[in-house]
Amino acid sequence: MGKTLVEKIWDAHVVKRDEGYPDILYIDTHFIHEVTSPQAFDGLRKRGLPVFRPAQTIATADHNVPTLNQHLPIQETLSRYQVDMLTKNCAEFGVELYGLGHPFQGIVHVIGPELGITLPGATIVCGDSHTSTHGAFGAIAFGIGTSQVEQVLATQCLLQQPPKTMRITVDGMLGPGVSAKDIILYIIAKISAAGGTGYFIEYAGSTIRSLSMESRMTICNMSIEMGARGGLIAPDETTFEYIKGREFAPKGAGWDKALAQWNTLYSDSDAVFDAELTFDAADIEPMITYGTNPGMGIGISQFVPSTNSQELSERPSYQKALNYMGIEDDSALLGKEIDYVFIGSCTNSRMEDLRAVADFVKGRQKAPNVIAWIVPGSKQIEQQAIAEGLDQVFEAAGFQLREPGCSACLGMNEDKIPAGKYCVSTSNRNFEGRQGPNSRTFLASPLTAAAAAITGRITDVRSLLTENTYA
Amino acid sequence: MKKFTTLTTQVVPLPIENVDTDQIIPARFLKATTREGFGENLFCDWRYDASGSPRPDFVLNNPIYSGKALVAGKNFGCGSSREHAAWALQDYGFDVVISSFFADIFKGNALNNGLLPIQLSDGFVQRIFLAAETDPQAQVTVDLEAQTVTIETTKEYESFEINPYKKSCLINGYDDIDFILNQRAAVEQFEQQKAVV
Repeated sequence: MGKTLVEKIWDAHVVKRDEGYPDILYIDTHFIHEVTSPQAFDGLRKRGLPVFRPAQTIATADHNVPTLNQHLPIQETLSRYQVDMLTKNCAEFGVELYGLGHPFQGIVHVIGPELGITLPGATIVCGDSHTSTHGAFGAIAFGIGTSQVEQVLATQCLLQQPPKTMRITVDGMLGPGVSAKDIILYIIAKISAAGGTGYFIEYAGSTIRSLSMESRMTICNMSIEMGARGGLIAPDETTFEYIKGREFAPKGAGWDKALAQWNTLYSDSDAVFDAELTFDAADIEPMITYGTNPGMGIGISQFVPSTNSQELSERPSYQKALNYMGIEDDSALLGKEIDYVFIGSCTNSRMEDLRAVADFVKGRQKAPNVIAWIVPGSKQIEQQAIAEGLDQVFEAAGFQLREPGCSACLGMNEDKIPAGKYCVSTSNRNFEGRQGPNSRTFLASPLTAAAAAITGRITDVRSLLTENTYA
Repeated sequence: MKKFTTLTTQVVPLPIENVDTDQIIPARFLKATTREGFGENLFCDWRYDASGSPRPDFVLNNPIYSGKALVAGKNFGCGSSREHAAWALQDYGFDVVISSFFADIFKGNALNNGLLPIQLSDGFVQRIFLAAETDPQAQVTVDLEAQTVTIETTKEYESFEINPYKKSCLINGYDDIDFILNQRAAVEQFEQQKAVV
């Protein structure tokens, strides 16, 4: 029997497999950031251990950084202390750091791929659940806790049970105004915020194949939002084309050798998955969430499901979510007034996202009741956006282009949505308070977010698309 | 790591589904660089209102409920990988979390800290909720060796699954780093083979 892609990569990284024990899994690449690493470095100090393979860990500061005036010292004391601690730890243990002010700084899941560090067939971990993003390159990539960050620093390995495998196939043509974000929000709405728990998901099918690397990253990024351990896409010409020539990508003879190996990275035709799901791209319209987990999503033209349509045991939690959001069941979201638009996060802060938004807002003006932030995923993206003149398009439309970081995705740094306010956000989580205490989040694609910024209301972007508009 | 064998305790019922780690410990409290002190802000935005006053309707503010076992609705610990969630629950005083379904990363983080996540059938979790509603003093006994949870008032019990390796780690207080360090030679051999290929 053939192997799935996950099994191929996994098996190639098993250092030791003993009956009754988890596998010792070798980790090729480890990313760290300021929030989930300090206790891990502390642990090493307590045990008197060095970092075992410092060249295989890369650090950046992203979660806690301000997105304005990054050239000045961080004002918030605890944030500054945490970022300084990362700098000290990296210096002490010999880990490369792309900190504030470095041209490679940015959101950890944006810079890894952008720098050619994220490669097909690799095992990649980070103390952050959205590490699944790197799976877009055909890698096994997953989020870990701080104790595991310490394990990887100390041993370059993790103890892991082999995962179950699921294949999600999406076939067909996407409609106008429908993007990768809509595909993944649609899948999560179909299988729920827990539907992928325990699985590594391989995304396949003609729709997925037709996507750019940036779109594939958006899909894999949100695998964790259905509980999956990770998500991945078999590498192909699109993948190789993206990687070639990047800063740390293999070059010369190393490239040819790598390419030969990457070409073996696919699920065999007779491989068996533990679960298989199939969706039709034609069924997907622009999506938006209405509740407080990413599984609570609907097509933009649909009504919020009625409480009575929920399982009896689930109704109290369902009603709690709608109360928090200030939304009635059986009502339409279209036309609902909003206060903020956030375009950014490891889900949607790449050049493709910024270009799509710029194309759409060019010559338009944001609604006066809306504050619209665009936060690029990395310093390189910020520079590229400026080089392409997108900063001027955004400014003319009343959008503020800020500096790179996780920003308003997680209500940790200075960028927060005020209590009670509604934000249409391209990020990945709509949990209670995620964007700031009592903030209320509608997750959507960059285009749907941009449309809401222009009209000041939840809007079907398709009603505003012209022939020249990106779609 | 903290050892775990058996525990008899009252329970704190939290019959809410999809409790994500942002609720357990909101991101704005993740600026600390040590593992201690997170219990103070456990479930902060459910526990306190905007002015910082305790919300009387939240279970942690209800003096009739106490104990070392939190019992919650399904898909507990979903979302962010922050281990701070496990630290906060433990720092507050919980040794066990019971649910009918756990998110993977949370479950791993809990096990790595000696906080025991116990997955039981939805029916049995509902019976624990009922027992606690009927009598807030009702106790459960968790026996890790036997892998059972017993409701003391009714003597109903259910078995739970746990990875045998993780079980022995909890009983003995070992952690994964000790285990892998012990296999250093195998790791180095693997690296050499990989470099040759």
